[in-house]
This record gives sequence, C-alpha cells and structure tokens, in this order.
Amino acid sequence: MKEYSGVMVFAEQKDKEIHKVSYELLGKARELADQINEEVVCCLCGPSEIDVNELIYRGADKVFHVQDEEIFGSPEVMTYVENVVKIIEEKKPEICLFGATSFGRSLAPRVAATLKCGLTADCTGLAIDEEDMKLVQIRPAFSENILAHIKSQYLPQMATVRYKEFDEAKRDESRTGEIINFPSIKIKNNPIEVLREITEEAFNITDARVVVSAGKGLKSPEDFKMIEELAAVLGGVVGSSRPLVEDGFISKAHQVGYSGNRVKPSLYIACGISGAPQHQAGMKEADVILAINSDPSAPIFNIADYGIVGDMYEIVPQMIEKIKGKRA
Amino acid sequence: MRIIVLMKQVPDMEKVKFDREKGVIDRKSAGTEINPFDLNALEAAVQIKETHGAEVVAVCMGPPSAEVALKEAISRGADRGILLSDRKFGGSDVKATAYTLAAGIKAIGEYDLVFAGIQTVDGDTGQVGAEVAQFLDIPHIYYVDKIEEVDEESITVVTDIWDGVYVKKMKLPGLVTVTKDINSPRLPAFKEKMKSRKAVIPAWGMDELTGFLDETETGRKGSATMVKRIEVPKAVHRKGLLWRDNMDTALNEFVDILVDKKVIEVE
Ligand SMILES: Cc1cc2nc3c(=O)[nH]c(=O)nc-3n(C[C@H](O)[C@H](O)[C@H](O)COP(=O)(O)OP(=O)(O)OC[C@H]3O[C@@H](n4cnc5c(N)ncnc54)[C@H](O)[C@@H]3O)c2cc1C
Ligand SMILES: Nc1ncnc2c1ncn2[C@@H]1O[C@H](COP(=O)(O)O)[C@@H](O)[C@H]1O
Repeated sequence: MKEYSGVMVFAEQKDKEIHKVSYELLGKARELADQINEEVVCCLCGPSEIDVNELIYRGADKVFHVQDEEIFGSPEVMTYVENVVKIIEEKKPEICLFGATSFGRSLAPRVAATLKCGLTADCTGLAIDEEDMKLVQIRPAFSENILAHIKSQYLPQMATVRYKEFDEAKRDESRTGEIINFPSIKIKNNPIEVLREITEEAFNITDARVVVSAGKGLKSPEDFKMIEELAAVLGGVVGSSRPLVEDGFISKAHQVGYSGNRVKPSLYIACGISGAPQHQAGMKEADVILAINSDPSAPIFNIADYGIVGDMYEIVPQMIEKIKGKRA
Repeated sequence: MRIIVLMKQVPDMEKVKFDREKGVIDRKSAGTEINPFDLNALEAAVQIKETHGAEVVAVCMGPPSAEVALKEAISRGADRGILLSDRKFGGSDVKATAYTLAAGIKAIGEYDLVFAGIQTVDGDTGQVGAEVAQFLDIPHIYYVDKIEEVDEESITVVTDIWDGVYVKKMKLPGLVTVTKDINSPRLPAFKEKMKSRKAVIPAWGMDELTGFLDETETGRKGSATMVKRIEVPKAVHRKGLLWRDNMDTALNEFVDILVDKKVIEVE
C-alpha cells in the first residue's frame, strides 16, 4: 500500500456552521480522488454537535473530527495547528486542501512549515497530471498578471484554494461514510489571547448577486445614497474602490479589489471607477459589467460589457427611475 | 525593544511586462520598489519606535542589488538593514524563503517583534509570514488592521479574519503581518535620506549564517514546490458596447438588457 493516500479537505467551521468553501473543496476533492482512485477525507475541528453528516452528504468518505467544546470557538490559529498536524500525520493524505479564507491562509502555512511540505497559495485551478498522477496547482501571481502551474516535491501536496472558484459539491443524503472522533490537543500557555470580537455590521459583499460600486468619481460620502438606491432597486449591495475606503467614505467591508473583496456577481456596475488593475482583480469575473465614467479612455471600459460615457450624477438617478418605471 | 521588519524588493507592477507567447516575466522591463505592504509594516514598526523606543532592523532576502531597498528603509525610519544574499538562496519557494529569513532573524539575536506585510505583489502568496513564525517557533497574528497597545511583554492588535473582527493579545516575541489599512507610510525625510546614503548594509550569505542555516533547506534545493510553467493569460476583454451620446436611449437599452438577463424581474 502507498504510504500516502487520499484527498483531505480541511473543513472550516465557525459557531458550528461549516464554511461554504469546504463544500466547494469537497466537490473538487471528489473529482481528484476519483481520478487517482482514492478516498476523500475531511479534517474537522470543532464541538461535538456539528452536523458532521453534511460533510459525508457532500462527498467525504471519512471525517476525522477533533472534538472540543471550547477551544475551537474562536479563530485562533495556534490552537488549531497541532490538532490539524496530528490528523494529517495520522491519515497521511496524498493531497491536502484548505480554503484560502483569511483563517485558512493563516493556518495552512504553519501546518505546512511543521510538516516541511510545500504549500501553494490561493489556487484557482487543480488538476491531476495524467503522466505522473501528481497534482498540478494553478494560481495567479504577480498581482494576477500570470498563472503559475506548480507541483509539490513532497507529500502531502498541500494547497489553499480560493473561495467561489469551484462549484459546491452536490448534496446526496443517501451517501454514507465513517466518522472518527479524536480528542483535542490543548496547548499550554497559549501565547495568544482573544480579548473580544468586535461585532461589525453583518455585511457580506462576496455572496451578492448584484454589486453597485462607486469610485473617486463620487464627490462626498452623502452621495452614496444614490448608489445605495440603485443597488436597492436592483436587489444588490454597495461596493467601493479603495480610495473611498481610505478617505473614510465607507467601511472596508465594501472594498472590492486586490486588497479588498473579490466578487463574482451576475451584475457589477462601476460608477466613477477608473478600473486600475488592482480594482479589476476583485471584479473582472462578474457575469455582466457595466461601467459609467465620464472619461471615454478609462481602462474600466476595456473590461466592461456595457459602458456609458457620462456623468454618474446624471446617469445614476435616471437609471433608478427607469428601473422603477419598468417594475411599475 | 528590537523590531525586525521583513521587506522584499519587488518589480514595479505598473511597468513590468509579461510575454504571453513565451510565458515569461520580463523583470528587467521595470524598476524595482519595496513591496507596498512592507512599507506599512515598516511604518508600524517606526511608530512603535517613536512612542516606546525601539531599534528597527529591516531584513531583506534578495540579490546584492536589493541593497537599495534597505537603504530606502533606513530613509523611512529603520535603524539598520541586513541583506540576506547568496547564490545558494536563489530559486527559493515559500518554505525555503521563510526558512532562510528565520535563519537571518536568529542570527541577529534577540528580538521582540517581527513585522511582515500581508503579501507581496509578485510572489503574492501571503504565506511567508506565518511560515517564518513557525520556523522561529513564535506565535503570529495575521491581517492586523490596527495596533492598540504594545509593551515589553505583549502586543494587542485588531485583526480582521473569519468574517469577524477580533482583538487579540500576543505575548512577545511574536510575528504580526499587517494590511494596507494599518497606516499610511511616510515619505523619506531629507535628513534620513542623506544618512541612508552613507549607510553600510551588511550582506549575509551561507558563511555568515553558519549554524543557523542548513544548505539543504534553502534555495532551489530546499524548496518543496516547483513552478513548472507560467501562463500569461490574455487580458480580459469584453464585448464593450459603448453608449456616448443619447443617455435616454442608452438607459432604455441597458434596462431592457437587464430584463432580458432576468436581473430585473417584471411581471
Ligand atoms: C498594493 C495595492 C493594492 C490596492 N488594492 C486596491 C483594491 O483592493 N481596490 C481598489 O479599488 N484599488 C486598490 N488599489 C488602488 C488602485 O491602484 C487605484 O488607485 C484605485 O483603484 C483607483 O480608484 P478609483 O478608480 O476610484 O479612482 P480614480 O483612478 O481616481 O478614478 C476615478 C474615475 O472617476 C471618473 N469620474 C470622475 N468624476 C466622474 C463623474 N462625475 N461621473 C462619472 N465618472 C467620473 C474619472 O474619469 C476616473 O476614471 C491598490 C493599490 C495598490 C498599490
Ligand atoms: N525575500 C523576502 N525578503 C524579505 N521579506 C520577505 C521576502 N519574501 C517575503 N517576505 C515577507 O513576507 C511577506 C509575505 O510574502 P509572500 O508570502 O511572498 O506574499 C512580505 O510582505 C514580506 O514582509
């Protein structure tokens, strides 16, 4: 038997709810595992009453569940590292996938460094090379200008994978699998203490179907009202380019781009945004892009399906009226 | 207190050219700069130095020419810079880079804090920070937007992760990676600029790092991943139906498109 086998997915949970990226990873893991004729396993750290069967319905053959009622309650990497390392050492998967969420991106490197294996960041594509049956890990680099095809030299072949890159695994309640429980390892004298969680507005731009964003073309924070209204009539949410966040017009949760959120809505409307590469990095995969900009040479028009050259202060209110009119 | 700042020299992303046919990056086509996020890391360190007193040491792993990045770091408030440079370090992946940086930090001696940027604009992995922390066997906090408090024993920060914002306190020594939101990096001051010109930047290679770094752990040999191929994707280009003049027609047409695509539902 091979020393390393199977495809492992790290299933991320918060307040007993499993992050959707885990289901996307399970879908991909199933595909890869079928190609190399191996099983799909999940590593889950969390309290006992999590709905573990869901991971099986989504394609896992086995779930390694490190149970602890307390320590996995807050996202503290240091409490996870040893537990995850132990499961990987126990199972020895050939491939090991983490979601490239902010938590996954902080946890996976420590796990990889402990195991001294490679780690490919933020993959957008994964495939098995037919020749050597190794995992080809595809990821954007150089600020999204290139795609690098990467292979690991050691096992497990480990990668973090972007959220919303793959489709969620289909749910099949007739699937069965094995759940194996493990006690947790508690670290002594954890050097990090979570003092409190700052409850922010529960705003989530990444799942929105329609995003209406404003950029430096917007003159004052009050003018976001008009953007909000357009978003509202379209059943969408408000986004922003970075400078407006820097100027304090709107909170960081709304920022779209390389150092903000990546969105993939059905419709993205960019109002008064020039379309710098760093902004494009966050929105270029929208299904339909409309750009409204007074400058016909603005780069945003190069990636827009539709463009309106003109003053957003005239166009946006008119558009709101037209849409309302259509609905009436 | 001693604060180490990890700073990488990167190509100027606005200018660097990518050859789609050959699938290569023409690094010579652009000048270099300090990775933008690392300027935020440096600024955070210099602010602590100003309020609490500290020595700020900038560390960069790169070719001999990366010395200029460290001189710039001094002009922006670092006390000194150390370049980790050796042909044997060439071709390092995340693991080998982190291992080599950790060796450099160990060779510096005592330290309280290590600051890094959240990611580089070229390597773009955002993994080096956490791996350095693991190799140094110290805790780390990622995605730090704000530093609330620092003293000799601990640092308290605001970090934005996992669909939530948390205030965390970390015992020192520890590593922090910062986002662009933590501060606005200052420009080099004239006096500091003059000083930095004369600064001597020590370059440490395998010899200087004897006892801290194993040759098999650095460079291409010490890497756990290999780039097999680079693909320069075609710039996204879309249909681009552009309306310029009659706004009314433009809007009517666009709203019809939205109805067509079922973005707007009409009875
Ligand atoms: C490391 C790094 C990370 C970054 N991350 C991000 C990121 O995540 N997100 C991001 O957005 N940026 C990011 N940036 C910044 C980015 O490079 C650009 O500076 C920024 O996107 C520009 O924002 P903007 O388009 O709103 O402003 P500008 O470039 O100033 O464009 C404003 C546009 O509005 C138009 N306009 C003005 N008035 C009107 C009007 N009345 N009606 C219609 N149009 C009008 C103008 O013609 C112009 O095209 C990053 C930069 C760096 C270096
Ligand atoms: N060659 C290097 N020299 C110094 N610091 C580096 C180097 N590579 C990465 N870093 C640090 O690690 C951070 C994350 O880099 P990366 O994982 O490449 O995105 C950067 O922002 C730097 O602070």
